[in-house]
Amino acid sequence: MKTIEGKVVLLGSQGVGKTSLIGRYIGNFDNVSPTIGASFFNCKLNLGDMKIKLHVWDTAGQERFRSMAPMYYRNANAAMLVFDLTQYNSFAAIKGWVKELQQNVEDTMVLAVIGNKSDLHQRQVDGEEGQKYATSIGATYHEISVLHNEGVETVFLAIAKGLLRMVSDNTDITSVKIFDSSSFFNGDGMPLLPSVEESPQNTSIAHGILEKPFTCC
Amino acid sequence: MAAKESAVETIDDGIAEPGIEPGASSETMLVTTDSFDEYEQEMSSSIDGDRQMKESTGSTISEIQEDSTQDIPISASPQESGKTLSLDDAEMDDVAHRLGQSNIDGDPLRCKAWLAQKKHIFILSQAGKPIYSRYSSEDKLVTVMGVMQALVSFVQAGSDMIRSVHAGDTNFVFVVKGPLILVAVSKTLESVPQLTLQLTYVYNQIISVLTQSQLNRVYDQRRNFDLRRLLTGSERLIDHLLNFMDREPAFFLGAIKCLPLLPSMRSSITQTIIQTCAKIKNLVFAILLANNQLVTLVRMNKFFLHPMDLHIIQNLVDSSESLKTAESWTPICLPKFDSNGYMHGHVSYLSEDCQACLLLLTVDRDVFFVLSDAKQKIVEKLRRTNCLEAINESMNKPTITTADIGLPDMRHVLYKCKSTAQFWNPGFQPPYTTDEEIERLLGLYQCLHHRLHSPSRPLKLIFQQLDKETMLAWVASGFELYVTFEPLVTKPDAIEAVSKLLKWIKKEEERLFILNSPTF
Ligand SMILES: Nc1nc2c(ncn2[C@@H]2O[C@H](COP(=O)(O)OP(=O)(O)OP(=O)(O)O)[C@@H](O)[C@H]2O)c(=O)[nH]1
Ligand SMILES: [Mg+2]
Repeated sequence: MKTIEGKVVLLGSQGVGKTSLIGRYIGNFDNVSPTIGASFFNCKLNLGDMKIKLHVWDTAGQERFRSMAPMYYRNANAAMLVFDLTQYNSFAAIKGWVKELQQNVEDTMVLAVIGNKSDLHQRQVDGEEGQKYATSIGATYHEISVLHNEGVETVFLAIAKGLLRMVSDNTDITSVKIFDSSSFFNGDGMPLLPSVEESPQNTSIAHGILEKPFTCC
Repeated sequence: MAAKESAVETIDDGIAEPGIEPGASSETMLVTTDSFDEYEQEMSSSIDGDRQMKESTGSTISEIQEDSTQDIPISASPQESGKTLSLDDAEMDDVAHRLGQSNIDGDPLRCKAWLAQKKHIFILSQAGKPIYSRYSSEDKLVTVMGVMQALVSFVQAGSDMIRSVHAGDTNFVFVVKGPLILVAVSKTLESVPQLTLQLTYVYNQIISVLTQSQLNRVYDQRRNFDLRRLLTGSERLIDHLLNFMDREPAFFLGAIKCLPLLPSMRSSITQTIIQTCAKIKNLVFAILLANNQLVTLVRMNKFFLHPMDLHIIQNLVDSSESLKTAESWTPICLPKFDSNGYMHGHVSYLSEDCQACLLLLTVDRDVFFVLSDAKQKIVEKLRRTNCLEAINESMNKPTITTADIGLPDMRHVLYKCKSTAQFWNPGFQPPYTTDEEIERLLGLYQCLHHRLHSPSRPLKLIFQQLDKETMLAWVASGFELYVTFEPLVTKPDAIEAVSKLLKWIKKEEERLFILNSPTF
């Protein structure tokens, strides 16, 4: 079985439901309060015979943390851009985030534009506009309600699929990691050795799993 | 209480130095200060406040960072005193007019409940822009804040500084710090120095969120800046801090309470942290809090933590539910440690089954995963050595009362050990079981505290019979003590009980206090 690991960053204005979203996904939705700085979560999902491990940075939307954001999106492989369907401002803010990512992140990223709180009636963002914008930046578009648990799974699946597609399209992406836990040998019969020049932050992840930079299978 | 002044007996010679100083230690991890140091600093900095601020821009953080690439802008003084606007008669009329008007069109000002609040806190910019109000939305108070700003700058124009205004039972206390004006309007018995201290705490809370240099920078760029944009989400912290100060003696005592633990357990926890973190560079403080009490604090050699900074950390932890659900990585500025830079904090609760909060504070922004690993290892070790259990046990145990200690006449006590800046208090017992009664009791302690430390006439000992209780307050060379007795206790009985209490604290000191000062 193969495992893919990627880093995901949740971005978006204060109160749009970023923490609720990840909380709902890992089964911890109750008592959210504003995020301080950023929180780190690990989550796993299966896609066919692939295991996907996501290391998620849930950032704080408060303006005062804005300047810290690069710390969290640097080296990210995917971004969930969350806005509140009932707050046009929060949608406009997404565009700011996308510009910032385009300027500061060199590697390609999987992007998902996510309109949350579809359960509320005071909608301010038109679905078509959202969809159109998402398409224009190569992102998937989702309208969800974390409250009613509608669409949450789909978002994470979309990210996982995106990561999978990204590694199979683009062989020089080394920041997404792929492990093969069923065999110590790749197709060529070469032993897979733990990569020597791992950055320190990667060492914590693999427990007894051999790790190598991406090679095509 | 003022009415009972006749019943006050102050005796400087009725009690002898006890010869013991429970909890005293020559080693301390906390900066020891008198809580009124702040006030005195405020007083002396008066008009020259800006200069003092500039002097303190030396950055401890960049000192620690081996290659400090971060540039910390030196703050420019927000305004020279020569340039402060002066009010002539016409302008004074205008102020009076606005004051009068505010009674008519300011919404909260017509609201009885709002007016009846015991302690209002307002924050505004030097330009008079509303930033925060404790009990109502600040933008409804534009007029009132305008008046406050006018008052401050009117007095400033005469090269003086407004400190406080007293009107009937209401105190208006002003603190002007950097680009901000902080105002308390209080009907409580708290003294001007105590209210000044609280305003200073509020200011420090803002600094903790923004840093001094950022605060100065935004106002240097635009005098009219609307700080609320940068503070959205942080009002919560200020609200919580104000409520916290109303019910926690730690603030006016300038001291920290420790979680009672067997010394062997505490030392094992401390050693675990030291051993696990030994190789991590740039880690400045490791702090473990449980129920808002200190379990242990490990510091980088040479650096100490100021109780005020620890209080700000406690406020952050206590007011942020979100820290419970995940590992957080957050910038935090400790105003006393270095008001111009952020530290980075790895903040997490030990485990689902042990709700103690571990903070690992570093000056290195890239070590989240290193600290995350360290935390994991710490927890595993603590679990193996039954330390988690010990912490839980202490957290869940009802606090010991003076009745449990065998002091039936004594209802409650605050004991502060001066040399370590730590304090201890027993659990509340009847009649102090409602929020109201507890607040009233803390109010009495604050009064005593103020009188002991009165800048004009400090006292050593106060024995005071009140309607509902008898109070004793005592400053000895090593400690401060505030005791509440049954109303009819006699002085000899009270003094006898105090000496028994001191012996008990002495016997328990290793459990109640941290007597060493561990470093990495
Ligand atoms: N009606 C509705 N409310 C939601 C939904 N999702 C989240 N909320 C609420 O929105 C509020 C903010 O949610 P958070 O998850 O804390 O928002 P956040 O984006 O993490 O906010 P910051 O951490 O401050 O950036 C909470 O009160 C949630 O209960 C939803 O789908 N519908
Ligand atoms: Mg959040």
